[in-house]
Amino acid sequence: MLHIVNKSATERGSLESCLAMATKGSAVLLIEDAVYAVTKGSTAAAKIQAAAADLKIYALGPDLAARGMAGRVLDGVNVVDYGGFVDLVAEHNSCQSWL
Amino acid sequence: MSDMDEMDDGSGIIKKFMFLNRKAPHGTVYALEGLEVVLITAAFDQDVSMVFTDDGVYQLLKGIDTKGIEVKDFSKTYRALEGYDIEKLYVDQKSMDARGLTEEDLIVDVTVLSVDEMANLMAEQDVVISF
Repeated sequence: MLHIVNKSATERGSLESCLAMATKGSAVLLIEDAVYAVTKGSTAAAKIQAAAADLKIYALGPDLAARGMAGRVLDGVNVVDYGGFVDLVAEHNSCQSWL
Repeated sequence: MSDMDEMDDGSGIIKKFMFLNRKAPHGTVYALEGLEVVLITAAFDQDVSMVFTDDGVYQLLKGIDTKGIEVKDFSKTYRALEGYDIEKLYVDQKSMDARGLTEEDLIVDVTVLSVDEMANLMAEQDVVISF
């Protein structure tokens, strides 16, 4: 399954709920304000790094760039563009958006 | 201008306004709308403080490039605030620390305040407007 999160982890609990529910081998794509979670020094960084052992973590590049965060992405996070977003949706049988 | 005129149109009355920014840019419209209201307030010669706490500190980051998401890049506007005599910009130390940010990461000069200092600043305002 592909999990998609779009809310800031320092404002809402949707990333935390997602990581608790995502099963091993699932993909998690962070878009919009959720991308702050994969930046170095953020409070969510440790949770992302721990989750990356069992999950594939992706972040949308244009959303990182729009927030001045393109150069601060954690190691082990895959940055994708809009084409990569489409590929992820196509590759997975189902998607869950954590609105 | 006579005293009566001043009472009639309210000119000459300066209040302390705090604009409290707590949202990240782009994900919602709050940051952009807040900035526009601040610029309007400046036209009325009020005593304006802009405060950035929680995800609001993300509004001031350097290196923002919005071409990929096709929205307006309003981050440069923060640097123009000085030209509108809005020079009181404050950020919350705790919010910066929680996001791995330092003053060097920000597009404008700010005053970094502790939670207690921020609380005192808020308490002395006539008007607090939250975005």
